[in-house]
Parts: sequence; C-alpha cells; structure tokens
Amino acid sequence: MIAIVPMVASTVVAATPLIYAALGETVVERSGVLNLGIEGMMLIGAVAGFAAARATGSDGVGFAAAAAAGVALSLIFGFLTLNLQTNQVATGLALTLFGVGLSAFVGHNLAGLPVERLAPITIPGLTAIPVVGDLLFHYDVMVYLSVALFVGVQWFLTKSRIGLTLRAIGESPAVAHAIGKPVLATRYLAVIFGGATAGIAGAYLSLVQTPMWVEGMSAGKGWIALALVVFGTWKPTRVVVGAYLFGGVTQFQLFAQGFALPIPTEFLSMLPYAATIIVLVIICRDPRTILLNQPASLGHSFHPTA
Amino acid sequence: MELRKIWNALRVCVAAGLTATLPAPAFAAEPLKVAFVYLGPVSDGGWTQQHDVARKKLEAALGSAIKTTYVENVPETADSERVFRQLAADGNKLIFATSFGYMEPLQKVAKLFPDVKFEHVNGFKTAANISVYEPRFEEGFYLIGVIAGQMTKTNTLGFIGSFPIPSVMRNIDSMTLGAQSVNPKIKMKPIWVNTWYDPGKERQAADTLIAQGADAVAQNTDSPASIQAAQEKGTYAFSIDADMSSFGKKAQLTGTTEDWSGYYIAETKKVLDGTWNGNRHTRWGLKEGLVVMAPLNSDIPPEAVKVFEDKKAKLISGELNPFAGPIKDNGGKEMVAAGSIMPAATFNSLNWYVEGIEGSVPK
Repeated sequence: MIAIVPMVASTVVAATPLIYAALGETVVERSGVLNLGIEGMMLIGAVAGFAAARATGSDGVGFAAAAAAGVALSLIFGFLTLNLQTNQVATGLALTLFGVGLSAFVGHNLAGLPVERLAPITIPGLTAIPVVGDLLFHYDVMVYLSVALFVGVQWFLTKSRIGLTLRAIGESPAVAHAIGKPVLATRYLAVIFGGATAGIAGAYLSLVQTPMWVEGMSAGKGWIALALVVFGTWKPTRVVVGAYLFGGVTQFQLFAQGFALPIPTEFLSMLPYAATIIVLVIICRDPRTILLNQPASLGHSFHPTA
Repeated sequence: MELRKIWNALRVCVAAGLTATLPAPAFAAEPLKVAFVYLGPVSDGGWTQQHDVARKKLEAALGSAIKTTYVENVPETADSERVFRQLAADGNKLIFATSFGYMEPLQKVAKLFPDVKFEHVNGFKTAANISVYEPRFEEGFYLIGVIAGQMTKTNTLGFIGSFPIPSVMRNIDSMTLGAQSVNPKIKMKPIWVNTWYDPGKERQAADTLIAQGADAVAQNTDSPASIQAAQEKGTYAFSIDADMSSFGKKAQLTGTTEDWSGYYIAETKKVLDGTWNGNRHTRWGLKEGLVVMAPLNSDIPPEAVKVFEDKKAKLISGELNPFAGPIKDNGGKEMVAAGSIMPAATFNSLNWYVEGIEGSVPK
C-alpha cells in the first residue's frame, strides 16, 4: 500500500509533460493542421526555460520564456504551412530537426549546470492528510495547471462558439471559409497555442522532472505526445487518460524490476508501447471510431483564394 | 581578363589541394596526424568530454610533433565507417575510436588502410593494425561499493543499469563484492532502463529504488538525474565518467572518472618512434591512473575513508583483486573457487549476478 504513493507520484510527474504537449496538439489537429514538430518545440522550450530560470531565479519566468520560445518556433511552422502552403508533414519533421539542432547549439554552455527544482506546493490542511495528502496534494503547481488546461481545452472544444468554429475548419475549411469564418487566423492561433504548450512541456522536463539541460533530453516524448492524440481519438479526456496510462505503465515496469519480479526487463520496457498498441486496437475494432473522429481536413493545406 | 584571373587562382587552389591529399613522403618535420572519433558531443559532461580533455593534454604534451583532430556525435552505425574512411584518407596515421559500437565498421576500414593505426575502446576484436584498450572499471566500482556498504543505513543498495551486457554486469558485480567486503548484510537491487541516456527514465528508476529502500544508488547510465533524486530524498548516489557533485553536493559520495591522457600519450609516442603494434589488449586501472575516483564527500566519516584508502592502496599494489574467489552467483553456485582469480578474458562473457543481488539477469 505504501509503495503505491511513490508510484502514483512518479506517474503524475511522468505524465504531466505529455499532457501539455498532447492537449496542445489536439487543438492544433482539430483545426486541421498536423504539426509533427512537437519534439523540436519541446527541446527549444526546455533550453529556453532552463536558461531563463537560471538567469532570473524564477521558475515562472522560465515557463513563460519556454512558452514564448515554443510560440516562436510554431510561428515559423505556421508561416510555412499556412501562408506558403508547404507540406505539413515535411515541414513538421523539419521543425523537429531544426529544434533538436538549435537547442543543442543554444544550450552548448548550459550543459552540466544545476538549477533549483520547482518545489511542490503545500496546501494547508490538505497536504498533511496521510496517504491522500501525499497522493493528491503534494505536486508542483504545473501539475494542477495541467488539470486546469485539460478542463479549459475540453470546454473550449465542446462548449465554446470559437471552439465550434475551429472544429468546423478542421472538418471542412472550404465550407467554413464560404460562410465567412477566418480559416487562416484560427489555424494560426491553434498552431501558436500548440507551440506554447509544447514549450511548457519541454520546460517541465528541464525545470521539474530532471532540473538540468542536456542535449536531446526530451528523448522522444514529443512523438509519444503525437501518438497520444491519435490514441485519444482527438478527444481531450481520452488524451489525458492515455497520458496517465502511459506514465503509469512506464513507472510500473521500474517498480516491477525493483521487486525482482521474474519478468525479462526487455519485456517490461516494451510494456508502455505494447499497452498503447493494444488500446489502439481495442479503440479501432470499430473502424468508424477513428475515421469519424479524425478531422477530415487533417494535414491538407487550404488557401482562401484557391 | 577578370575571368582568366579567377581561373588561374582556381588552378592554384586545385593543385594545392591535390598535393595535400596525395600520399606525400613522410618528412621528419611533418607532424603525425592523430584523430579521435567521439560518440557524443564534447560538452556531454561525461564519457566524451573525458576523452576530449585527454586529447588536449596529448596536444600539450607532444606539441608540434603531432596534430590532432576530432569528429563528435558519430553514431554507432554505417555512418561511422564513412567517418573513419574519411579520416584515414585525410592522412591521419593514428585513429582512436572511443565507443564500443564502432567495432565492426573499424574492422572494415582497417583492412582498407593497412598503414593507418587504429585504437578501439572496450572492444574485443583486434587486427594487425587494431589494438584495443579498456579501463579496469571493476576497480572503481569495487571502491564505490566499499563506500556504499559503509554508508548505507538500510543495507540495501541500488544500481541503475543501462543494458545487461558483460561490461556493465562486471560493474554491478564488483560494486556488490566491494560493499560485501565491508558489510556482509548488503542486498543489491538492480533496475535496467535499457538506455544509455534518458534523464527522465533514469530519474524514475532512482526514485523507484529509493522508494524501495535503497539508500545508496550507483548508476551505469550517463545523466546526473539519479544524483538529483538522491539530493532531494536525502540519500546517496555516485557519479560516473565526470564529477557530478554540482547536481547534489550532499548526495554524491564519490564516483568513477577516467583520465585517458596517459594512455593516449604513451600510444602516440609508440607510433612516433615506430614501436606501435596491433593485436594488443590493454587494460589500465587505478595503478596506471586511467581509472580515477571522484573526490570523496566530506560527510564520510574518517574510519570509512581509512578503509577506502586501504582498499585502494591494495588494489593499486595488486594485493587485492575484486574478482578473487570464493565468489558464488546469486543462485548459490560457486563461480570462482577460493584462492583463484577470475581471468580477465572471461569478463567478455560475464552474465551472472553475484550472491546478494536480487532478481535474475535479464536474458
């Protein structure tokens, strides 16, 4: 029972950057834009957040700088794919390569330096409750903000008017344009939002999960966030469940090793990915679930004058 | 007129370039070109950085007699073959390949350039122009165990392993043996993360080990994440390759680092005076100064430091060998008989846990 508490805590820390990145990408993809550059934007966010937090001593400034850096990179993507109509897949891949290289270059002198870890917050009365306090009320502020972000995105996509417009654009930009909806502006805003959340996800790695900067520290988490969006069939609730599931299985395999369970470690390392595939298969047993939920114009360029 | 001038300038450049690449007769005044191939960036704060520090020391020691170059971020794929071929074609006569995975590409390139001398770290395939060199890491990890065994309060140690390959198995085994030499009650918990480098995963592994009672955790992975975890939880950790104490002043007790410069200078001198040979296996350790212990934490009590220094002196003099029998595996089977020492040749096939390590070796 006691072993559950650190396991849950590690799961939450592992899942939080995935939630930020995947929720942002959900909004981007619902607008019909496929941005494969999450990994690059996360790394740029990680290095920018780390540098800013080190320079100012403030984690808030660090996360703000990370979001700004992610936005800057996403604007490049937006300009290329939305204005110049480049292929979204190729541009997104290029953005990742660019982000990996640029972050390594910028962060050359930051490797090997420490930074203070963003401390967990203490809620008077609640944190002190045994077990429950440790399980629910002992995280850093970014964990709680990720929950708020989830509620916000969910409300935005399903309840707000502009969210409805965004979804309509993702289904059929031509029709949305014909009835006077601003296709490019909406898509731009979505891409910017995705850039900001990916930057924050990166800073969560370099300021909270492992408070340091090292080249390529996202280690493929951007790609996992992309997979989670499909896994969650473009629905925020399922995306968040997927992120926690993925974090939990990653964590479980380490615990299983620590308890010396007689299972090969290669098998355990495979578990998170195997679990993802199995759940995807279950979701897809009715092919309509994926096809119906996938934004119809995903990955297609649109220009108002065309 | 203008065009003719450019054309002439071009011709001069091309001619100069050609003569530079032609195999010119070796003049005594011409410096020996020495190249280094690195797996990571020179600023990785660990493995590659230590090699590059040694390269600079080599340049400082031999001055104008040599000229060094390096290529960083060379993956252990067919790409590396191209890099080796290019370096050999550029006139480098001595090439150090500083990662295990370059073994097969090196074999191919060495056949094509019989007059170029190659040195490969941690490998086991030699040739007429390939020699291999390797640190006796087991000595460093044995001493880590000596400190861990004395400092632990729970008698439970942890080890974050990269891959269960013989050269890593040797480290967890020797650390456990070192700890048991000062504290027979020691239990060791390993976690294999199946990566050399993933700070997030290393951090989770460290948190897991600490949550399961291991209060002194060593690592064979490359990032300082486990040092940070220990610093926050008030437990102990050990650095690898570079000193990582800036990530946890209280947590890092000691660690292993490498100083390759002695070896690089010795080998380069051999090439300079024509005494270099291929087909050699060189294993250097504490005695030769290749394996170096990171500074000891000031929180370690003097008695424990004394035991450490004593064991270290005996390792250096050869009186103590980490793999001296009797050693049993964790199934109770005797692997090394009392009075004998495990031969270094069997290190390349080491695939069992010593007694005291929990679980079974991933197969």
